[in-house]
Amino acid sequence: MMKKFSLLLTGILGFALVMTSCNNQGKGTSNGALTSNAAERVYVAPGEHDEFYAFISGGFSGQLSVYGLPSGRLFKVIPVFSQDAEKAWGYNEETKPMLNTSHGFVPWDDSHHPDISQTNGELDGRYVFINGNNTPRIAKVDLSVFETTEIIEIPNSGGNHSSSFVTENTEYVVAGTRFSVPVPQRDMPIKDYKGNFKGALTFISVAPENGRMDIKFQLMMPGFDYDLAHPGRGDSHGWFFFTTYNTEEASSLLEVNASQNDKDFIAAVNWKKIEEYVNGGGGKKMATNYAHNVYDESTHTATSTMKKEVLVVDPLEVPGAVYFLPTPKSPHGCDVDTTGEYIVGNGKLSADLTVHSFSKMLAAIEAEKFDGDAYGIPILNFEDVLAGTVKSGGLGPLHTEFDGEGNAYTTFFISSEVVKWKVGTWEVVDRQPCYYSVGHLMIPGGNSRKPFGKYVLAMNKITKDRYLPTGPEVTQSAQLYDISGEKMELLLDFPTVGEPHYAAGIAADIVKARSKKIYNLSENEHKYGIQTDADVRVERNGKEVHIYMSMIRSHFNPDNIEGIKVGDKVYFHVTNLEQDYDVPHGVSVLGANTAELLIMPGQTESFVWEPKQVGVWPFYCTDFCSALHQEMQGYIRVSPENSNLDLSWSLGE
Amino acid sequence: MNKSKILMFLAALLPLLLFVFPLWKITLEAPQYPTPLGMYIHINDFSDANPHDIKNINLMNHYVGMKYIPDAIPEFKIFPLGIIITTVLGLIIAFYGNHKWYLYWFIMMVLVSAAGLYDFYLWEHDYGYDLDPKAIMKFTNPDGSVMGFQPPLFGSKDILNFTAHSYPQLGAYCLGLGMAVSFVAYLLGRREKKNQVLRHEAS
Repeated sequence: MMKKFSLLLTGILGFALVMTSCNNQGKGTSNGALTSNAAERVYVAPGEHDEFYAFISGGFSGQLSVYGLPSGRLFKVIPVFSQDAEKAWGYNEETKPMLNTSHGFVPWDDSHHPDISQTNGELDGRYVFINGNNTPRIAKVDLSVFETTEIIEIPNSGGNHSSSFVTENTEYVVAGTRFSVPVPQRDMPIKDYKGNFKGALTFISVAPENGRMDIKFQLMMPGFDYDLAHPGRGDSHGWFFFTTYNTEEASSLLEVNASQNDKDFIAAVNWKKIEEYVNGGGGKKMATNYAHNVYDESTHTATSTMKKEVLVVDPLEVPGAVYFLPTPKSPHGCDVDTTGEYIVGNGKLSADLTVHSFSKMLAAIEAEKFDGDAYGIPILNFEDVLAGTVKSGGLGPLHTEFDGEGNAYTTFFISSEVVKWKVGTWEVVDRQPCYYSVGHLMIPGGNSRKPFGKYVLAMNKITKDRYLPTGPEVTQSAQLYDISGEKMELLLDFPTVGEPHYAAGIAADIVKARSKKIYNLSENEHKYGIQTDADVRVERNGKEVHIYMSMIRSHFNPDNIEGIKVGDKVYFHVTNLEQDYDVPHGVSVLGANTAELLIMPGQTESFVWEPKQVGVWPFYCTDFCSALHQEMQGYIRVSPENSNLDLSWSLGE
Repeated sequence: MNKSKILMFLAALLPLLLFVFPLWKITLEAPQYPTPLGMYIHINDFSDANPHDIKNINLMNHYVGMKYIPDAIPEFKIFPLGIIITTVLGLIIAFYGNHKWYLYWFIMMVLVSAAGLYDFYLWEHDYGYDLDPKAIMKFTNPDGSVMGFQPPLFGSKDILNFTAHSYPQLGAYCLGLGMAVSFVAYLLGRREKKNQVLRHEAS
C-alpha cells in the first residue's frame, strides 16, 4: 500500500515538474525571451565604465547624444544643428557662425545618420560625421573634445538623407540628396519636375591630417529620390551604393505615385573612377553659394566662409562610372556586408530583402549585359546581379547590419521586429519583436570591416505604453539585444533624446584615452582671451564695450563694473583660468537676451548684453563650481545714456 | 687603483643625479581627485606630477589661507651649489685623500643633508602655519589653537579632506646611496690599509 502510494506520488511530482518546465519555456518565448539575468548583463557598477560608446542621433532634435552600452546611460548631448541654451551653442559669439548657411542663420535641423571615421576599414574613433537633413549640411564632431568642429552646407541638394557615410579610409564622407531639385535652383513650375530636376550625390573629401572637409565633386544624377547609401569595402572599396525610390519622378502624392514601379534602383557609383576624372581636370565648375563653418580649437571661435563654386560631374561624361541595379519595391536601406561582396536592398514595401553580388555585378558590366538605360546610365539585369533573396516573413524591411560572424540583422518597421539571417544562405535563423516600429538598428562597428558583434541596438519610433506616460508626447526609445549567442536576447529598453534616428557605436577604449580633460590656457588664442589677471580690463569703443573678464574659483575679475550706459552693446569675454579637470564655470547677467555661457577650463566665450534699464545688475556663476560657488557673483552698474561716468572696474576693493 | 678609491669616486658622483631626478614628492589625495594632485621637489625647482598640479594645489589651499607655492626659493640656488661643492670635495678626496678623509666626507654629507631636511621642515611649517588672516575658512584644533596644514616631512597624514603623502624620490636615494658608498669606501680603505701594513711587516 505504502509502496503504491509513493509510486503514485512520484508520478504526480514528475508530471508537475514536466508541466512547470513546459510553462517556463512557453513564458520565455512569448515574453520576448527576457532572460532572468538580463539585469546583470546591462549593469555597470557605480564608478565602472561602459564597454561601448553609442552616438545616437537626435533626429528632429538636431543633436547627437552620447550613451554608454550596455547600460544605456546618457552622458552628453552634443549640440550640432540646433541651438542649445545650456551650452550657449549658437547663442554665444563664438559658435553663432557654426549655424550660418546660404539661407542665413538656421537654428535647427534634422540630424540623421552618424558615422565614425575609419582607417583601413576599421573604426579609428577620431570623428563622428552626421547629416542635417532639412537644410542640407554635414557636421563633423571631433571625439577628442566631443564637440562639433565643422559644418559644411551641401549646395544643389534637398533633404540630405543618403548621408553621412564614410569610405574605408575616410577619403570621403558622402551626402546624397533625397529630394531632387532644379539645378541650379530657379523659378519653374513644379509639374515640370520629370526630366528637369536633378539628384546630386556629393563627395566631400576629408583631409587626413586635420579632418578638414571640402566638396570634391557633385555627381548630377537623374531626378530620383536617393534614400540611403553605403560604401563598398574590401574588394568593392572604391564604389558607393545608393538606394533610390521615386524613379517614377512624381512630384505630388508620392505615397501613391512613387510606389508604381515594381523595381527601383540601387545606383552603383565608382567614385575612384570619377576621382581620377576630376583629378585629370574633368567636371564643370558651377557657380553656387554655400557655407563652410569651421570651429578653431585654439581661438575657441568659429568662422563661416561662403563658397561660391562647386565642381559638377555629369555621369555620362565618365563612362563606366555609374550603373543601376534593379531592386524591388522602393528600397530604403542600402547596406554592404563586412566583406564588401553583398549589397542589401531593403525593399520597404515588400516582405523580402534583395541581396546583390558585387562580383556578379562586375562580371555583368564586363560582359556588357545591360537591360536598357535610364537617362543614359546603363541598367543591369536583375537576375545577373542577384545573389539571393531573404524570404523573411516580416513586413517593411528597412535596415540591415552585420556582426562579422556571417550573420545579418534586419529591422522590419511594419511587423516591428529584428530578423537575424545568414549571409550566403539567406536563411532566417531568429526573430525578436521590437516595441514598437523599429527604424534603424546598430551594431558597434557594423558599418566597417570589423564589427564588435556583441550587441545590436534597435531604435524605435513609437513607445505607446512602454514607459510612464508623459502626456500626448511620449519618449522614443532604443532596445538593446545580446547577439553573442545563436538567438538574440532582449536585455534593455531605454528612452532617447528626440528621435533616435540612427546611431554609430565603438569600443570605448578606442575613444576614451584620447578624450581631452582641459584646454591648455597657454594655447588659448582667442581674440578677446586673457592669460592672467593682469590682462583684465574694460574698453569702450563708441557704444561698444568689451569686458575682458576672468573666472577662477571662486570669483570673477572684475566683479564690479561701472560706467556702462543704456544703449551700449556690452560684450562679456570671459576666460576660465582654471586648468583642473571638470571645473567649468558658467555666467549670465540679469536681462541678457541670450543664453548662459558654460566655459571649460582654458576656454574663452563671449555673450552680448544690451542693457535697457538703468540700475545695478547682478551676474553670477551658473555652474556649481566649488564650495564658494554662491559667492561667485558680481555687479554691473548701468547709468543713463547721457551719463558722464567713466568706465571703471575692480575686484576686492 | 684600489677598490676603496673607486668606490669613493662613485660616492662623490652619485649625488650629482639630484640634477636629474627629483628629491622629494608630496601627493594630495581626495575623493574629488581620482588622479591625486602631486608636486615634485627638485634641488632647483618645483614641478607638477601631472600638468597644472601646483596651480591646482594653490587653488585648493587658498581657501584655508595658505600662501601660493613660490616659483623660486633661495634654496634652489643654495642646494645645487652645495651639491657641486661637496661633489668637488669628494672627488679631490678620492684623488688625494686616504680612507680617513672618506669618513670626514661622509660625516660632512650627513650634516649637510640633515641641515637640508631641517630647512625643508621649516619651510613646510611656515607653509602650513603662516596663514592669511582673511582666509575664507578658518579651522581650529580641539584645544582652540589655529589648525595648521603642514604636510608631513616623511610619511602620510590626513589634513581635512586630503590625505597628504611625503616621500623621498630617486634623487634623494642617489644622495643616500652616495653617502652609504662613501662609508663603505672608508671601511674598505681601512682594511686595505691594515692589509698593507701587515704585508709590509711580513716582508
